[in-house]
Amino acid sequence: MESKTPILLEVKNLKKYFPIRTGFFRRTTGQVSAVDGVSFFIREGETLGLVGESGCGKTTTGRCILRAHPPTAGEVWFRKDGEMVNILELSTKEMKPLRREMQIIFQDPFSSLNPRMTVMDIVSEPLRIHGLAQGAELKAQVRELLEAVGLKAQHMNRYPYAFSGGQRQRIGIARALALRPRLIICDEPVSALDVSVQAQTLNLLEDLQKEFGLTYLFIAHDLSVVEHISDRVAVMYLGNIVELAKAEELYINPLHPYSEALLSAIPRTDPDHVSKRLVLPGDVPSPANPPPGCKFHPRCRYAQPICQTEKPEWRLLHDDHWVACHRAEELSLVGIDYD
Amino acid sequence: MSDTTSKSEELFRLYEELSDASADLEPEDLAEQKSLDAIFAASQWQLMWRKFKRNKVAIAGGIVVLLFYLGALLAGFIAPYTLESRFVKYIHMPPQRVRFFNNGKLQPHVCGVDLTIDENLRKHYTPDCTERFPLQFFAHGEPYKLLGLIDTDVHLFQVPDGIVSLLGTDRQGRDMFSRILYGSQISLTIGLLGVLMSLLFGSVLGVISGYYGGWIDDLMQRLIELVRSFPAIPLWMALSAAVPPHWPPLRTYFAVTLILSLIGWTWLARQLRGKVLSLRHEDFVLAAKMTGATDAWIIFRHLIPATFSHIIVVSTLAMPSMILSETALSFLGLGLRPPITSWGVLLKEVQNIQSIALYPWVFTPALAIAILILAFNFLGDGLRDAADPYTV
Repeated sequence: MESKTPILLEVKNLKKYFPIRTGFFRRTTGQVSAVDGVSFFIREGETLGLVGESGCGKTTTGRCILRAHPPTAGEVWFRKDGEMVNILELSTKEMKPLRREMQIIFQDPFSSLNPRMTVMDIVSEPLRIHGLAQGAELKAQVRELLEAVGLKAQHMNRYPYAFSGGQRQRIGIARALALRPRLIICDEPVSALDVSVQAQTLNLLEDLQKEFGLTYLFIAHDLSVVEHISDRVAVMYLGNIVELAKAEELYINPLHPYSEALLSAIPRTDPDHVSKRLVLPGDVPSPANPPPGCKFHPRCRYAQPICQTEKPEWRLLHDDHWVACHRAEELSLVGIDYD
Repeated sequence: MSDTTSKSEELFRLYEELSDASADLEPEDLAEQKSLDAIFAASQWQLMWRKFKRNKVAIAGGIVVLLFYLGALLAGFIAPYTLESRFVKYIHMPPQRVRFFNNGKLQPHVCGVDLTIDENLRKHYTPDCTERFPLQFFAHGEPYKLLGLIDTDVHLFQVPDGIVSLLGTDRQGRDMFSRILYGSQISLTIGLLGVLMSLLFGSVLGVISGYYGGWIDDLMQRLIELVRSFPAIPLWMALSAAVPPHWPPLRTYFAVTLILSLIGWTWLARQLRGKVLSLRHEDFVLAAKMTGATDAWIIFRHLIPATFSHIIVVSTLAMPSMILSETALSFLGLGLRPPITSWGVLLKEVQNIQSIALYPWVFTPALAIAILILAFNFLGDGLRDAADPYTV
């Protein structure tokens, strides 16, 4: 992807803290920093992979961008008619036309479709909410959408329980496409699917991207899934992005020890490959009480005294490769060697 | 703008191609499609009905409940007499037997009754079959209003020259069968009306409480706790005492219904709140929100339909307690008073030892209550089992 294409979405220092309330009066006794200062941008037509363990704040980031949760701080800029708008400052009414531009695909294909509605009702819902089509016109549009995602249009009167997980996910994709958005946040869209269905769904998403000129923020919890769909990949750990680079660059030449550990966990198909899997000691620390300094230092095998006290800066190391690690220059980490 | 039009053109081309392809479907494929649609395109209600149908006890309960309501609706027609018809000659007469054959011919009839009074002045009624009174069907009798609208005097059955009393008579010589039928009009509708009123308060407040959460939820839950912490019977007594005795019967009736539903709604509100609390975090609700749906859209298109089956079940199961509450109130003399006749009022009239010892048939309203409540419970249980076809 050429760097000349304009930026569609820019997130600046996004923070989301959830209060911990206890006792009868619900006093706030602490907070969970789910997202703790995240910044990135996505160019038009690009796919940005957002990777991290469960609980690292990837989903919260995605939902804050769509204003499902009001963020604690930060800015979300979206390009609308050639101008960047901070969507967090818009009123609900001003936000409504912008909702047509950004949609979401969910992880769980069972919870994401209302079991009491037919496929027709589900897929047409966004069109009805925005009053874009009615009657025969509405039906024709749903037909188009279903066929675009590879489902039979004559099944539109069926209920979600008649479909398999992969088919349900396609229904969810058709719903997300209904308003012809420019940005789609894919929140682990394949994590709940079989491996064979995963590949089909990823291919469908790639085809749709070409067809409709979509931009994806693709959230996943393992690097192997985002490997071939992403142009650039961001690695998240405990509420922060620790590394962001072009996909091949990050896979071959990771700069953050956490990325290195994630890459070593990708299963290989080569039978002669000797696994040098790096197992991280311990668990992810609680986001309610994150460690000081670099949040990764308790589990990092390269940690130095400075890592325990000082927070590493988010910096551009070389050509489009961002990292937050004190020792990024001196370490030579192992990526994946594509022979 | 031009961007979107080119996109839709592209889509349209795709659609054309694909619809051409689907036009080539074989007829067998279409037939298979139809038979599959019978399963996969079945709505929630169809799925519920399929499951409910298999529960024979619930079906039986449903039929009994329906028959009771039909009886209440057509009380004037089915009852041979009106609420106030008195037979001074037949006070405290035991139930009469209907005989079906007269000299080998099918002719339903009742025998005449002989009255003897013993040395304790106790009345003894003995059937005297030398005199036979055939039942005349669709015969003219006392005038009444059918469904409260049509003036008529046609009754299901009549014995023009004698008396037919299937469940005996009370201390004023009034036919118990007719009185139970008329009483059911009040008892059954007070249950229905009370539940409807509870539904109105309960569903609106419960859904709002669950959907908005926060301080609204806190406030409503504390209010519900407050209402529920009052002991029910003393509260009813106090409220009923506040109903002026000179009020017309209809107004007293509504006041009593209101009093009953005052506590009933909290139960439903609690249940619906819980249901909505779990639903509002479902992804499909979030998806609608992320598309720009208003709160009203989400509540009426997603939340209420999802709680609908639950509402039906809860109301069916709430009916018996509503009917029992009315009966209890009236029995204690706090609810409805004559001339309004409900089953509770009927039972209140027989609160004495002679009735139990000598005239047990005046307790038949209790039997009617027991049967109806059992039927309601069976029906409610069946509905509950069938209610949520999506969670197995």
